[in-house]
Amino acid sequence: MSSLTKLMISPHIHCGRSTGGIMRDVLIALLPATLAGTLIFGLRALLVVLVCVAACVLFELLFNLITKQAQTVGDLSAAVTGLLLALNLPVNIPIWQCVVGSLFAIVVVKCLFGGIGNNLVNPAITARVFMLVAFGSLAIPAFPVDAVASATPLAAEQMPSLMTLFLGNYGGAIGETSTLALLIGGIYLLVRRVITWHIPVVFIGTVFVFSFFMEGFDAVRALSMVMAGGLVIGAFFMATDYVTSPATPWGKVLFALGAGLFTCLIRYFGNYPEGVSFAILFMNILTPYIGRWTRRKVFGTGGDK
Amino acid sequence: MARYLKGIHVPHRKNTANKPAVRMDAPQTVTIPMAMHIGKPATLAVKVGDLVKVGTKIGEANGAVSANVYASVSGKVNKIEDCLLSNGATAPAVVIESDGAMSVDETLAAPTVTDRQSLVDALKESGIVGLGGAGFPTHVKFDVDPARIDYLIINGAECEPYVTSDTVTMLTRGDDMAYAIETIARCLGIGKVIIGIENNKKEAIAAMRAMAASVSVCDVQVTSLPSVYPQGGEKVLVYHATGRVIPMGKLPIDAGCVVINCTTLATIGAYLRTGMPLVEKCVTVDGGAVAQPQNVIAPIGTSIEALFAFCGGLKEQPTKILYGGPMMGITVPNADAPVLKNTNAVLALTEKEAKLPKTTACIRCGACVNNCPFGLAPAAISRAYDSRNADELVELAVDACMECGCCSYVCPANRPLVQKNKLSKQFLKEKRVKEANKQ
Ligand code: SF4
Ligand code: SF4
Repeated sequence: MSSLTKLMISPHIHCGRSTGGIMRDVLIALLPATLAGTLIFGLRALLVVLVCVAACVLFELLFNLITKQAQTVGDLSAAVTGLLLALNLPVNIPIWQCVVGSLFAIVVVKCLFGGIGNNLVNPAITARVFMLVAFGSLAIPAFPVDAVASATPLAAEQMPSLMTLFLGNYGGAIGETSTLALLIGGIYLLVRRVITWHIPVVFIGTVFVFSFFMEGFDAVRALSMVMAGGLVIGAFFMATDYVTSPATPWGKVLFALGAGLFTCLIRYFGNYPEGVSFAILFMNILTPYIGRWTRRKVFGTGGDK
Repeated sequence: MARYLKGIHVPHRKNTANKPAVRMDAPQTVTIPMAMHIGKPATLAVKVGDLVKVGTKIGEANGAVSANVYASVSGKVNKIEDCLLSNGATAPAVVIESDGAMSVDETLAAPTVTDRQSLVDALKESGIVGLGGAGFPTHVKFDVDPARIDYLIINGAECEPYVTSDTVTMLTRGDDMAYAIETIARCLGIGKVIIGIENNKKEAIAAMRAMAASVSVCDVQVTSLPSVYPQGGEKVLVYHATGRVIPMGKLPIDAGCVVINCTTLATIGAYLRTGMPLVEKCVTVDGGAVAQPQNVIAPIGTSIEALFAFCGGLKEQPTKILYGGPMMGITVPNADAPVLKNTNAVLALTEKEAKLPKTTACIRCGACVNNCPFGLAPAAISRAYDSRNADELVELAVDACMECGCCSYVCPANRPLVQKNKLSKQFLKEKRVKEANKQ
C-alpha cells in the first residue's frame, strides 16, 4: 500500500445533489406546462420554446468561450432560463425577438454579472419585462385556439370560466395559462425538495386574499384572479429562483408577501394588466436586504435560552 | 427555540453494529507517538534498547494539558522516530518490537481514589484523553470546582456513518461504565448523570438503562436523541440532554456540564478497577475497500496496515483512508500511521463511496443555511472570507461553527464551506493576536 490517500478536508461524503440535478428537475417540472402550451397554442409554441432554449444555451456557451471561462452550460441553468422565458411569451412573438430576449437574459442579466449565482435579478423575468418595454411584445394579443380572442383575460371584460382557467384553454403566454399543468410541475418540485412551500403558498395566498377584498368578497372572481395571468408560473417557478430569493423560511415568507402585494397593486391600480413579473423583479432587488433582516439566530450567541 | 436543533440525514452504513469486537493479536511492532492529545507532546521516558511491558510508562505528561503515554505491547524499544501527524506537524514516536507475550507490567495497581483530588491525580496518571474527539486530557475536565458541575453527561451518540465502536462499548462494557460513574459521582458529589443515545440504537439504550438501574449513588438517566446527524457534538448534546445553551467560545462546564464520551468512561472504569492505563482501543474498521469490516480491539500504535490485514486485507484500492467517520474524520497521512488514543474508526473508502461532485459556483440555494444545526450562514461566511472582511465574519458568528460538515454535505455546488469556516476562524484568531500585540 502506497501513500495513496489524498489529504482532504472533511466531510468526505456528499448527499449527491448537484446544481445540474436541480436544474434538470426544474426542466422536468416545466414539461407539463410546455406540453399544455403546445396543445393549446399549436406547434408554433414548441418552436418558440426550442428557439429560446437553444439561444440561451448557445449564448452562454459563446460567452464562456469568448471570455475564456470554464464552461457552465452543463449545469442546465441556461436551458431553464430559455424555457422559462419561452413559456412567458405569447405564441405569435416574432422569432427574432425570442433571440434578442435570450441574448438579454443570458448575456446582460446573467453572464455580465458574473454568471450563475451572481445575477441580481431573475434573467427570464427581466428579459420578459425588457421585451415588454422594448417591443411591446406582451401587448400583442395571443391568438388562442378557441378562447377569448382579446388580450390576456385580466384585461378582458369577461373572465373565462374557472374550468377554462384551470385547464388553460384561453389567451395568454405559452406556459402560463394552464394552472393544472403548472400545479403538476410545482408539486413535483416540492416533492423533490427543489423548492419549499413558502414562496408559492404565500405569494398565491396573498393575491387571493387581496383579490377577494377587491372583488367584493367574491371567491370565484378571486380564484379567477389567481389562475389567470402569470401568477402560478411566477409563484412556483420564477419567484422561487434560488439566486434572487431569500434563503431562510421567514425571508421567503416576507419576499412572497411583498411580491403578492405588488402584483395586486399593479393589477388593480397600475397601467399594466399583469403585475407578476414587475412584482418579482422588484422583490428580487429587495432580496439582499430581506436576507439580512431574516438571518437565523446563531446558536450560543445569546437570547436563545 | 426549538427542542431539537436541526440535523441532516446521512447514510448509516453501520455494517459492524451487530458483531462483537474482536481482540487482535500483538502486532510485530507498534509506533506510539508522544502527541495523541491536545496540548504539548509528552516527554520521552524510555530510550532505544529499553525493555517494556504492557502498561510501562514511555512518555511523561508535559504540562497541565498533556497526557502520559504507555507501552501497549511487551518487548524492546527499537527506535525513536519522527512521526507525521494528521495536522501536518511531527512528534517523536516510540517504536516497540513486540515479543508476542503481551506480559503486563507488574508495578500496575488499582489507584486509591477517595476524593476529587485523588480522582484527578489518578486520571492524570492514566493517560486517558477524550476518546471520541480531539483528545482533550480527561483529568482537566474534572479539575474544577465541583459546585459548578450540575450534570455529568455521557456521550453515547454515535451519529457518524460506519462508526460503531462506542455502540459496541455500551453493549459490552456496562460494568466498567457503572463503576466509573459511581466513583466520579461519589468523588465530585454529582447528583445527575444523563446518557444521550440516538433513538435508533434500541439495544444500546436498553443496555444503558440496565446499567443505570445498577447505579445507586446518583440518578442516572438515559435520554434518547433524534437519529439525525449531528448529535455527538458537545454543544448539541448538552442542549438536547439538558436544554442548556453553551455560549459561543465557552465550554460545557460554563453551562454546568461535564461531557464524557462513553468509551472514555468505560476506560476510566477499567483503569480505576485494575490500574491498567490507556493502552488499547476498540476501533471500527470499515469502508467499502475492507474485506471483513469489524470492530477490532487493537493495541495503541498498531499500524493501519496491520489493522487492515487483520480484517482480511483490502479487496479494492481505497481512494481515501480516514481516522474517524466520513463527516468529521481526517485523512490518514500514510498507511503505516498508527492507531492513536482517540482513534474510534479507520475507514478505507472506495472511489464510489467518497465521490464528491465537482465544485461549481454557489447558486444561493440556501441549503447550507437551512441545514446548519447552529443557524450559521456558511455561504455568506465564505464570501466574507474571500474578501477578508473581519467585521462581517464576526457579525456572522463564524466562531460558533463546530465543523460538523452538514453544510458541505448538502451543498449542490459542493462548495468547500467547512474549509472556509476553518480558515475564517483561523483568520480572526490571527487578527486578534496581531491586535493584542499592537497594544
Ligand atoms: S448550499 Fe452551496 S450553493 Fe447553496 S447557498 Fe450554500 S454554498 Fe451556495
Ligand atoms: S457552518 Fe459549521 S456548524 Fe454549521 S453546518 Fe457548517 S460545519 Fe456545521
